Amino acid sequence: MSYIGILVTYIFVQNFILVQFLGLCPFIGVSKNSESAIGMGVAVTFVTAIASVVCWAVHTFLLAPFGLEYLRTISFILVIAALVQLVEMVIRKMSPGLYKALGIYLPLITTNCAVLGIAIINIDNGYNLLESFTAGLAAGLGFTMAIILMSNIREKLDMTPVRKVFQGVPIAFISAGLMALAFMMFDKSLLTNLGLV
Amino acid sequence: MSHMKELTKGLFKENPTFIIMLGMCPTLSVSTQVSNALGMGVAVIFVLTCSNIFISMLRKVIPDSIRIPSYIVIIASFVTVVEMVMHAFVPAIYEALGVYLPLIVVNCIILGRAEAFAGKNGVLDSALDGIGMGIGFTMSLSFIALIREVIGAGTITLFPIGSFSGTITLPGLSASPVRVMTLAAGALLLMGYLKAFFTWKSTKGGKA
Repeated sequence: MSYIGILVTYIFVQNFILVQFLGLCPFIGVSKNSESAIGMGVAVTFVTAIASVVCWAVHTFLLAPFGLEYLRTISFILVIAALVQLVEMVIRKMSPGLYKALGIYLPLITTNCAVLGIAIINIDNGYNLLESFTAGLAAGLGFTMAIILMSNIREKLDMTPVRKVFQGVPIAFISAGLMALAFMMFDKSLLTNLGLV
Repeated sequence: MSHMKELTKGLFKENPTFIIMLGMCPTLSVSTQVSNALGMGVAVIFVLTCSNIFISMLRKVIPDSIRIPSYIVIIASFVTVVEMVMHAFVPAIYEALGVYLPLIVVNCIILGRAEAFAGKNGVLDSALDGIGMGIGFTMSLSFIALIREVIGAGTITLFPIGSFSGTITLPGLSASPVRVMTLAAGALLLMGYLKAFFTWKSTKGGKA
């Protein structure tokens, strides 16, 4: 698959939130206003892209040559936890402004299924280094797009009268369901028609 | 008496899925078939109980500042065990669960219970808490899967035993199912309506 094909696949066709349900907890939890949604989206994209590359390297150079593939889950989660910590420290030193914006979201990302998910999906699909990076970036962008759209919907919902039992989480889920319906437009035939497979 | 309470609170009062809203990702993604939901449930019960027991036993040894990484390593070890066992004995379910099986590591229920309960309580209570929460999770997962599969495909997929093929087909529904329920959108819509239903029930109970 071409790089553009991978981008389109993970942003639209296999959108992490609306199709695969990866990273649903922050999607519902942090989508109350668009500012924090953007912060979370950027932080996740940053980490998925880097984690894809690092986990790919760990798998290819450390695990596979010694037949240790069964340690994949445990080593990936450790790599991601360490990576998130590292990214947090680097950002704090290099750019206090960005740290202030992303600070509270970074620690949450360790337990975001999207990050571990893309690392494992990359290995399962046998992507090479650049393809892994592209897939990680695209997964993060897809997440960002969905969470920003969702936060805008929820900001509008705050202004509208919603039945009491549907307020908050239930209406958020139903909105997400309607968004997912719209996203069904992007399926495998889109890739074929655009000649990206 | 109090031990019994630790076991049963996960079933309804603090049901992880509908009340505390933890572990949403696997709940929605593997609930397309009842058999997948049960397989996922068993895996989560095992990991949750074992990690709760171990974390509770080690709670005085693990320094406070590095407790989260330590919990994650313990949990990931048990997830690896489950992965290997399922791969060997129930390959069909292993294939169906796919990426969501290793993702049990980052399931918020397990880390959540480790942090909120097992890190502070005794071994027996933690084990019971793990079993109860695990069963509560399995129940709600199977419940969602049952609704989605019956409406979305008109079938109920269980496990093949002897001459029984494992799939119950419902006449009428299976001819013209509401296909959207098995898709991603149906899962989100159903979850929204179920959550609203439980909110309605609990507020009604509060008034009465």
